Amino acid sequence: MSETIGNSKNRLHGLWALTNRELKKWYKAPVIFMLSIIQPIIWMGLLGKAMNINAIFSPDKINQLMSNLVLTPPLTSTQSAQLGGFFQHLQTGIMQSTFQVSDYFSFMAVGMIAFTALFTTAFSGMSVVWDRRLGFLNKALSTPISRGVIVFSKVLSAALRSMFQAGIIIVIAIAFGLQFGASFNPINVLGVFGILFLICVGLSSMFIAITIRSTRIETPMAVMNLITLPLMFASNAFFPTSIMPDWLKAIAQVNPMTYTTDAVRQLLIYNTTDFWQVGMDFAYVGTFALVVATIGIVFSWRFLSK
Amino acid sequence: MSEEIIKAEGLTKVFNGHLVAVDHVNFEIKRGEVYGFLGPNGAGKTTTINMLITILKPTEGKASVLGFDIVKQNVEVRNVIGVVPQEYTADEDLTGLENILLCADMYGIPRRVAKERALDLLKLVELTDFKDKRVQTFSGGMRRRLELACGLVNRPKVLFLDEPTLGLDVQTRTATWNYIRKLKKEYGMTLFMTTHYLEEADSLCDRVAIIDHGKIVVVGTPEDLKHSLGGDIITIGIKEDSDVADLIAKVEHVKEVKKENGSYRIKAEYGEITAPSIIEALREKGYNVAKLSLTEPTLNEVYLEYTGKSLRDAEESREAFAAQRITMRRARQ
Repeated sequence: MSETIGNSKNRLHGLWALTNRELKKWYKAPVIFMLSIIQPIIWMGLLGKAMNINAIFSPDKINQLMSNLVLTPPLTSTQSAQLGGFFQHLQTGIMQSTFQVSDYFSFMAVGMIAFTALFTTAFSGMSVVWDRRLGFLNKALSTPISRGVIVFSKVLSAALRSMFQAGIIIVIAIAFGLQFGASFNPINVLGVFGILFLICVGLSSMFIAITIRSTRIETPMAVMNLITLPLMFASNAFFPTSIMPDWLKAIAQVNPMTYTTDAVRQLLIYNTTDFWQVGMDFAYVGTFALVVATIGIVFSWRFLSK
Repeated sequence: MSEEIIKAEGLTKVFNGHLVAVDHVNFEIKRGEVYGFLGPNGAGKTTTINMLITILKPTEGKASVLGFDIVKQNVEVRNVIGVVPQEYTADEDLTGLENILLCADMYGIPRRVAKERALDLLKLVELTDFKDKRVQTFSGGMRRRLELACGLVNRPKVLFLDEPTLGLDVQTRTATWNYIRKLKKEYGMTLFMTTHYLEEADSLCDRVAIIDHGKIVVVGTPEDLKHSLGGDIITIGIKEDSDVADLIAKVEHVKEVKKENGSYRIKAEYGEITAPSIIEALREKGYNVAKLSLTEPTLNEVYLEYTGKSLRDAEESREAFAAQRITMRRARQ
């Protein structure tokens, strides 16, 4: 098509300029920047510490329940200690078999990374609508910049922001007591950022593709509300899919969020990293990103201008 | 013979299959000309501009800018045009300089060249002192000047201005016109502009096309358009009590003389030359002029004559209305 005959040497010219425009709105505005850091802290505090599943099985609670236990004949102190030990063991066993880690906070903190990616990318749809309403989009469309670049700059800036926030979350989570898995290797962090980049490209392209023709700000907001929470909870981000009902499990198993979170968990907190599974996660999320980004770019050629 | 920079033939845009925004419009714009589309909101001015700057595809007809087809060679067109949209598109969170550099990046202009041009342009629009200030703090007039600078960063051969002074107060508007004239002189461009301000068309445009309901009603220089109404109105009264109608009628350019309540209402072309000739002719015969007034027709009368109504606010889409409201609000900062 006519898109291919630009006389600019570089087809991607302007990509960084437009991406940086988005990023500047964020890192040059101290309040927004601070909020984007504080937000994951609050969420982790709320979800990770309020929904403290470990506390349900705390040793104190077990001892208290044991002391209320009246048996005939009464247990000897050795038997009592053994039984206490058994319950403790049962607790770790259940945690381990359900969450594959012994503490819920680590499990949830990692889910938080995917959660932040979802919410940050959800705003990229809104940003397209804003640019349209403020006339910036038309201005950009009248320059020789490629249509794909206009859309991809939004995608890229959302991905970079999410990755930065993910870094913050990991650091804060360590401070809050995140336990790395036994086989953790610092290089794994690169893998985390890799899969995060892929999921952000996919999600952000998806939100843009849905709202690209929209002229009113209410549309992307409604889409955000409709999509984000189901995507979040129909995944393994906060709860493992193994104990979900079958219908929910079926949804979770096609949800790319599940694969992202799984890869991050494998890389960070599981005691044994199943690299074949991580590879499958990458393949799944990568395919999702590729397909949706392609749709997004095709849409941008067709629908950015009427 | 002067060269045609923009040529439109049967240019048409129909929205949603039934809403005819631009209806088989034909026009030519010559090199170095300032050509204006004058019409009320919703007449199809912005739609026409959007087709010419390649962000809307025409439903029918064709147009070319500097010989490049606006559909088939849209990238070439984009490279040679500059656009100053109706809205304030400069990013509020960026500084004046950063905004111009962002525009330059969209044209793929190397950073070194871009910076040089940006500083030149800022100087031209007298924003050098504000180059590192965020646009948020700019007044409407300053924002408009920044938009002008952004539109010129690729050294365009043709500049498109969509409602360049929408929402500005009268003083700032006049100042903005001066900047536009200055920039045109400096860069020797061809200008295509739309406006719904009659004074703006009168003061800036070499040729004006009056557009209504998507059709061009009449085209001409502001002077010709005014003259086409049959000229100026001269009202004259003499001290003596005698009929001088025949005498006045003999003066050159006088087209019609009517005696009304003791004074004469004269319709004449080139009123500013004809009025002194009439006084001269009366004096020669010994008559003394007691009073005189000269009314030149404005574009407003032209507008009334050709569209049958004065500039009105047409019904508009919610989107266009919202965009215009934002523009107005920012202009008044």
